[in-house]
Amino acid sequence: MRFMIIRKADAETEAGVMPSEQLITEMMKYNEEMVRAGVMLAGEGLHPSAKGLRVKFSGGKPVLIDGPFAETKELIAGFTMIQVKSREEAIEWVKRWPSIDGHGAVELELRQVAEAEDFGDAFTPELREQEDLLRAEVEQQAKQR
Amino acid sequence: MTLAATHRAIDAVWRIESAKIIAVVARMVRDVGVAEELAQDVLVTALEQWPEKGVPDRPGAWLTAAAKNRALDHLRRVQLLAAKHEEIGRDLEIHGEAFEPAFEAALEDDIGDDLLRLVFTACHPILAPEARVALTLRLLGGLTTDEIARAFLLPEATVAQRIVRAKRSLAAAQVPFEVPRAAELPERLASVLAVIYLVFNEGYAATSGGDWMRPALCDEALRLGRIVAELMPQEPEVHGLVALMELQASRARARIGAKGQPVLLLEQNRARWDHMLIGRGLTALARAERLNSALGPYGLQAAIAACHARAGTADQTDWPRIAALYDALAQLMPSPVVALNRAVAIGMAYGPAAGLELADALSHEPLLKGYHLLPAVRADLLLKLGRRVEAQAEFERAASLTRNVRERELLLERARGCDAS
Repeated sequence: MRFMIIRKADAETEAGVMPSEQLITEMMKYNEEMVRAGVMLAGEGLHPSAKGLRVKFSGGKPVLIDGPFAETKELIAGFTMIQVKSREEAIEWVKRWPSIDGHGAVELELRQVAEAEDFGDAFTPELREQEDLLRAEVEQQAKQR
Repeated sequence: MTLAATHRAIDAVWRIESAKIIAVVARMVRDVGVAEELAQDVLVTALEQWPEKGVPDRPGAWLTAAAKNRALDHLRRVQLLAAKHEEIGRDLEIHGEAFEPAFEAALEDDIGDDLLRLVFTACHPILAPEARVALTLRLLGGLTTDEIARAFLLPEATVAQRIVRAKRSLAAAQVPFEVPRAAELPERLASVLAVIYLVFNEGYAATSGGDWMRPALCDEALRLGRIVAELMPQEPEVHGLVALMELQASRARARIGAKGQPVLLLEQNRARWDHMLIGRGLTALARAERLNSALGPYGLQAAIAACHARAGTADQTDWPRIAALYDALAQLMPSPVVALNRAVAIGMAYGPAAGLELADALSHEPLLKGYHLLPAVRADLLLKLGRRVEAQAEFERAASLTRNVRERELLLERARGCDAS
C-alpha cells in the first residue's frame, strides 16, 4: 500500500525561507534511508502558495484565484510518496522524519493512496492463470488487428 | 497504546529493521540460521517488554543492540566449545574475526555490505529455487512463514520445513557469509535476480482477489529489487530488472476489465497505467543503459516494456524498435517463446507476411508443440493476409489447446469472425 506523507506549510515555507544546511543534510539522509529500504517512490518540495493559484469552478466555469493563501496551516509545503506493507509501517517511517524540521514543530499528515484493491469486486479468482511476461506479450500482440 | 496496537507497531519496526539486524548478526556469528534465531529471540523480548515499558524512542537501535548482545553471548559459548574442539578452534582462527577486538570493527562496518552478504547467502545456488525464494522472503522481506505460505498457496508446514532445511543446508555446506568474488559474481547475481523476478511473477499472475498476500508479492519483489539496486548500483542488470518490474507493475490495474476479464496490452486504457511507476521504470532503465549500452536479458525486456509505456496510444508503438530488441534478446536468451514474440513484433513492424514466415519456421519446434499461442499468432497473421479459411482453422486449433476458459471463448469468437463477409 502507498501513503503520502504531506508536509504542512508554516510561516517559513510560505515566506520561501530556504531550509538550513543541517536540515537539508538530515532530510537527504532520511530520504536515502527510505530509498535504501525500497520504500520511497517520490518526494517533492513545493514553492510557496504565493507562486500558486487556485481554480474554482463556478457554475461549471473555471475561475482563477492567485495565491498567496491565508490559511497557512491548511496548505502543504511538500510531499513524499512511500510504499509499505502496513499503516503501522508508514507511521514508523513518519516518526523518523528529521525532528529539526520546522524548528522541532513540523506538522505532517499521512494519507493512504486509493489502490485498485480498494475496488475489490473487479478482481476474480479466475484470473489466477499463469502468464509470464513473454506469454502475455505474445497474447497481446497476437490479438492486435 | 493497546496491546494489539503495540504488537502492530513492533511488527512495523521488525519489517523495517529485521533484515539489517539478521545481516549484522550473521556477520558476527557467520551463520544465517543462527543469526535469524538470535534476531527472533530479540523480537520475542521486545514483544514481552515493550507493551509494559513502552516502545523505545529508537526501536531499531534498541533491537540491533539487543541482537548484538545475544550474538556476543552466542560467540562466547562457541568459544568455550572451541576450547574443547580443536577443529572449531582452528576454524575460528582462520576467520580471525570471532574474537572480541574484531567485534567493534564488525559493528562499525557498513551495514550495506552485511545486507548484500545476506542477499547472496539466501539466494545461494546450493539451495533449490523454492528454498531460495522462501529464505529470501523470510530473511530479507521479514515475512512470516504464514505469510509466505499464503502467498504461494502452500501449507505453512511445507514452507516452515523448506526454511529449516535451507538453513541447515547452508550450515552443512559451510557457505561463507560473503559477497561472491568477481569470477563468481555474474552467476550468483543471476540467481539473486531470478529469485526476485520469480517472486514478482508469482504475484503478478495473481492480481486477483482472494488472499491479498499474493498480489502483495509484486510489491515485495519491487522492494527487494530496489534494495539490491541501491546495494549494487554499478550492476546494470539489477536496474534492468527493477525497470522491468516497475513497468510491468505500472499496468497492473489496467489489465483487468470491469467484469474481471483480462485486458490485453494493446487494448488497455492507458490512462489507467500508473504513470509514477512508468517514470520510475524509465529512470531505472536509463540507469541500466548508462552503465552498459549493451543491455542484458532483464534490461532488454524492460526496454521492450518501455516501448509500450512510451506510446501514448497502441498505434504509436515503435514496432521496429521492439523487433530489434527481440532480435537482441533472442541472441542472449535463445528460446522458442522469444522467437515467437519476435515473429509477432516483425509482423507488426514489417507486415504480416514477414511475421508469418518466422512463425511458420517455428511450427516444428518441439517446445512449442501444444502451445496454443503458436497457432493463435499464425491465425492472426493469416487473417491479416486475408487467408480466412486457414486463419479460422488455426484459431480453432489454438482454442482446442488452451486450458483457459476465457481465452478459449476469445479464440472461438475470433474463429467465428473469420466467416464474416
